[in-house]
Amino acid sequence: MSQIESIQPTTQQWTTICPLDRILPNTGVCALINGQQIAVFRVGEGTDVYAIENYDPFSKAYVLSRGILGDRNGIPKVASPIYKQNFSLLTGECLDDSTVKLRTFSAQVVDGQVQVKV
Amino acid sequence: MAKRLVTIGNGMVGHRFLEQMAAKGADWELICFCEEPRVAYDRVNLSGYFAGKTAEDLSLVAPDFYKDNNIQVHIGDKAVSIDRVNKTVTSAKGVTISYDKLVLATGSYPFVPPIKGNDLSGTFVYRTICDLEATEAYAKDCKVGVVVGGGLLGLECANALQNLGLKTHVVEFMPRLMPVQVDDAGGATLRQKIEDLGIGIHTGKSTTEIVADEHGRVSKMLFADGTELATDTIVFSAGIRPQDELARQSGLKIGDRGGIAIDDNCQTSDPDIYAIGECALYNNQIFGLVAPGYRMAEVAADRLCGSENNNFTGADMSTKLKLLGIDVASFGDAFGKTAGSKVIAIDDAVAGTYKKLVVNEDGTRLLGGILVGDATVYGTLLQLMQNQMALPPHPEDLILPPRSGASMAMGVEQLPDTAQICSCNNVTKGQICTAIQEQELRDVGSVKSCTNAGTGCGGCVPLVTDLLKSELKKAGIAVNNNLCEHFAFSRQELYSLVRSQDIHSFQQLLDRHGTGRGCEICKPAVGSILASAWNDQILDAPHVGLQDTNDSFLANIQRDGTYSVIPRIPGGEITPEKLIVLGQVAKDFGLYTKITGAQRIDLLGARVDQLPLIWQRLVAAGFESGHAYGKALRTVKSCVGSTWCRFGVQDSVSLAIEVELRYRGLRAPHKFKSAVSGCTRECAEAQSKDFGIIATEKGWNLYVCGNGGMKPQHAQLLAADLDKETLIRYVDRFLMFYIRTANRLERTATWFNKLEGGMEYLQDVIINDSLGIAAELEAEMAHQVATYACEWDVTLKDPIKLQRFQHFVNTDVPDPNIVLIEERGQKRPVFEHERQLSQL
Ligand code: SRM
Ligand SMILES: Cc1cc2nc3c(=O)[nH]c(=O)nc-3n(C[C@H](O)[C@H](O)[C@H](O)COP(=O)(O)OP(=O)(O)OC[C@H]3O[C@@H](n4cnc5c(N)ncnc54)[C@H](O)[C@@H]3O)c2cc1C
Ligand code: SF4
Ligand code: FES
Repeated sequence: MSQIESIQPTTQQWTTICPLDRILPNTGVCALINGQQIAVFRVGEGTDVYAIENYDPFSKAYVLSRGILGDRNGIPKVASPIYKQNFSLLTGECLDDSTVKLRTFSAQVVDGQVQVKV
Repeated sequence: MAKRLVTIGNGMVGHRFLEQMAAKGADWELICFCEEPRVAYDRVNLSGYFAGKTAEDLSLVAPDFYKDNNIQVHIGDKAVSIDRVNKTVTSAKGVTISYDKLVLATGSYPFVPPIKGNDLSGTFVYRTICDLEATEAYAKDCKVGVVVGGGLLGLECANALQNLGLKTHVVEFMPRLMPVQVDDAGGATLRQKIEDLGIGIHTGKSTTEIVADEHGRVSKMLFADGTELATDTIVFSAGIRPQDELARQSGLKIGDRGGIAIDDNCQTSDPDIYAIGECALYNNQIFGLVAPGYRMAEVAADRLCGSENNNFTGADMSTKLKLLGIDVASFGDAFGKTAGSKVIAIDDAVAGTYKKLVVNEDGTRLLGGILVGDATVYGTLLQLMQNQMALPPHPEDLILPPRSGASMAMGVEQLPDTAQICSCNNVTKGQICTAIQEQELRDVGSVKSCTNAGTGCGGCVPLVTDLLKSELKKAGIAVNNNLCEHFAFSRQELYSLVRSQDIHSFQQLLDRHGTGRGCEICKPAVGSILASAWNDQILDAPHVGLQDTNDSFLANIQRDGTYSVIPRIPGGEITPEKLIVLGQVAKDFGLYTKITGAQRIDLLGARVDQLPLIWQRLVAAGFESGHAYGKALRTVKSCVGSTWCRFGVQDSVSLAIEVELRYRGLRAPHKFKSAVSGCTRECAEAQSKDFGIIATEKGWNLYVCGNGGMKPQHAQLLAADLDKETLIRYVDRFLMFYIRTANRLERTATWFNKLEGGMEYLQDVIINDSLGIAAELEAEMAHQVATYACEWDVTLKDPIKLQRFQHFVNTDVPDPNIVLIEERGQKRPVFEHERQLSQL
């Protein structure tokens, strides 16, 4: 589906998307960065944040930020809100169809602000 | 140095063969010629291309598979000659490669009947993605399309043309459709069903000429009987012919009617050359299905890796398909050609089904059959036939609706280990059971990934599931009721834990009784339990992450990520003023409007950022959330009753409104629905509802546990001639008892069917209070009723909650992916193929 594009690591930079409290614990939001839709999730009550593509390849809609968070055997994941396929937040891999993989991005919280590296 | 194996053809079978070779890790240098401009894809699901699948979606080749396995594939390069003396292959691009062994997997090509005009502009075939691209591009300017050939592929192709928006006709030379698979009676049933879909069927028509217009494009077809048919485009689907051109040129043995002759080893007349898939002829038969080709791929791979134990011995040509949504199955000796065989057939013109069994002379064994219109028993029949199992004393019962409720379903336990469960991937019962035992498989997903069963057409998944259950039961592993990997409790158990330990959040419950972080199964289930127990607002911070997207945005998500808005219209009664508001709001926001199947109005196509603006207007006009998104009360339908109707004996509208307002917002294990009818004519269809009320001269009859939807079931009478107070009390108790005891996503009908003691038991609990919980149940309901608040109203007043209704957190722009187009004067989301057009 989605393959790693050849973005040079040197051109990547951190973008601040919102304050941490805009993301309620255990939910996600979607950010628009350089024209790309990126789903950013906050796992737990703290500063544990993950970013993957917002595109759901199964429904072809940009909706993953609205999925339910959770884990499968300890791997943090999100379930697509449309047809419920699960994606690992660590690797972007679809846990129900190993041929599908989404891009992931680094995410962090600095001074109460959520940042994503694109 | 490794020996070199050259494969010609990278279709479904050629690719499967290379996968097998890679998996066996044999010491071969693998090279493949691939004529098409792309590597192997799922031709079986080719028609999915018109339903929005892309070439990428259809691909069968995992990314980097060829690279990782050192397989060299010459994409877009056709092999044009074989030199068997020097053992080389030469390609169209001029590459010459020597081989030690050669595998031909060249498939077949569509047969185009020799009719004058068959090469005009506007004629196509249906075999490759390139064919489909060409057809689609041409069809843009067409209104009418004809498929020549009423076989399996022809009908599939007709469906595709119809999806492209063409008025579609099928022209078949033989007197009936699907002449190879079904008989005259089956063909007639099938024809009726397809005509009902608006497709024109012309059987017994022999085309004599295709006539061009002044630009040399197809304009009409002339038939031998003097009739004609105007059309803009023609797709030939009149059968396939084995692609044996290369083999012919190089002098390999070919069948009289084509096909590269092979033996049990899949070897051709030249022992260094193998042939597999649709190009191969075994026992004078070619196989136009993928499963036999996969078997050949296995056999050839085994041979080339030095194993002798696997032979090709022919294959079963049974087929089951869903064509245009119509079940058709044909298996074994479908035409009763076996000497002495007898036929049992049921041609039900009312139901539109045709079912035929062919049995042996003494009626003890099944030889074959045909099913049209309903093929639910196909799996059972196929197993009975393949395993030569004894038929029951009245074999007709197999195709009759069950008498006296007895189920004819055959237990999987009775099947022998050799029974083939998955025909797509040739997996037997024995293999599945061994995998379950040895690898300790516990769910269907792992059985699928470990055995491959169920990963093709999916038709065998119900059997696989039954096998898993029976194996687990045999092994003494309680088929547990655990909600999911995070909670070793059933929904009922969690519900009583929440109540008895006064638990108010998912985290509390997880900390005390669960593990991990939860998932899309336990979170909504617990969210629903908490709502049923305490009625806190579902969008409150600790609960919002538990909700399915529908609940979490208080609207139903649609296929493009937009939402629908369904306000509550209690009892279906609505004033003209409110109708005008709905119309005005729909107009202002460009929403698609539709009357739903449940007496209310749906406004579709709202973006997430528009939802609060829309609801602002609706709430101001006195509307409330309709909970169309929740596992909660949906509607209480009503008929006009005594207010207007000359037969009405009670005021059904007033009661319906009262009942709807009482239970609105109540969350339950699944959605539930109700209706009130003003007399026994039952215009509100109360007996198809989770609880239904029908007026009598003396009061109200209460029916419970009915269901429409997937498996309709009539509701049963719980109590008769009730006054209103008693009626409401019984409904309170009934609903709360259901909420306490049902499984996740179990509607009242399913719940009831598992309830030991049936209706008598339920009456005992609800009417006679045999469990002594009636007062508790009523109190719980009273709390629910008292704490109800419209979720939209609450949300609109809370700026923190509203923050979430925005597509992007860092900008106000809406989701650019949402594209709507107009149809019949309203907007709807584009389909994938239209999206590309609209972006041109
Ligand atoms: C909109 C509507 C179709 C329409 O245009 O008429 C509809 C739309 C959906 N129905 Fe329905 N059903 C609609 C009336 C019905 C009815 C008729 C009725 O209620 O009288 C039935 C059969 C009656 C019954 O439920 O027993 C019905 C039986 C189902 C079922 C099968 C339930 C079952 O037990 O078999 C599902 C699937 C499910 O709930 O799991 C379903 C699920 C759905 C879902 C939620 C599917 C989904 O997940 O997207 C659809 C939501 C669309 C949306 O966003 O609005 N819908 N659905 C109807 C909304 C009624 C309303 O005003 O709330
Ligand atoms: C629309 C449609 C629906 C179908 N539905 C079903 C179904 O429901 N169930 C079912 O079992 N089967 C179905 N089939 C049949 C199924 O697709 C075939 O049985 C299967 O694809 C056969 O695989 P194969 O590899 O033998 O042939 P193919 O998949 O046709 O592959 C052969 C490949 O070899 C290439 N080739 C040919 N000659 C050369 C050459 N000289 N050099 C290089 N390459 C060459 C061809 O271009 C082609 O790509 C369907 C087919 C179609 C078209
Ligand atoms: S029947 Fe109901 S669920 Fe199915 S498509 Fe129609 S609206 Fe959707
Ligand atoms: S029979 Fe098709 S997947 Fe098993």
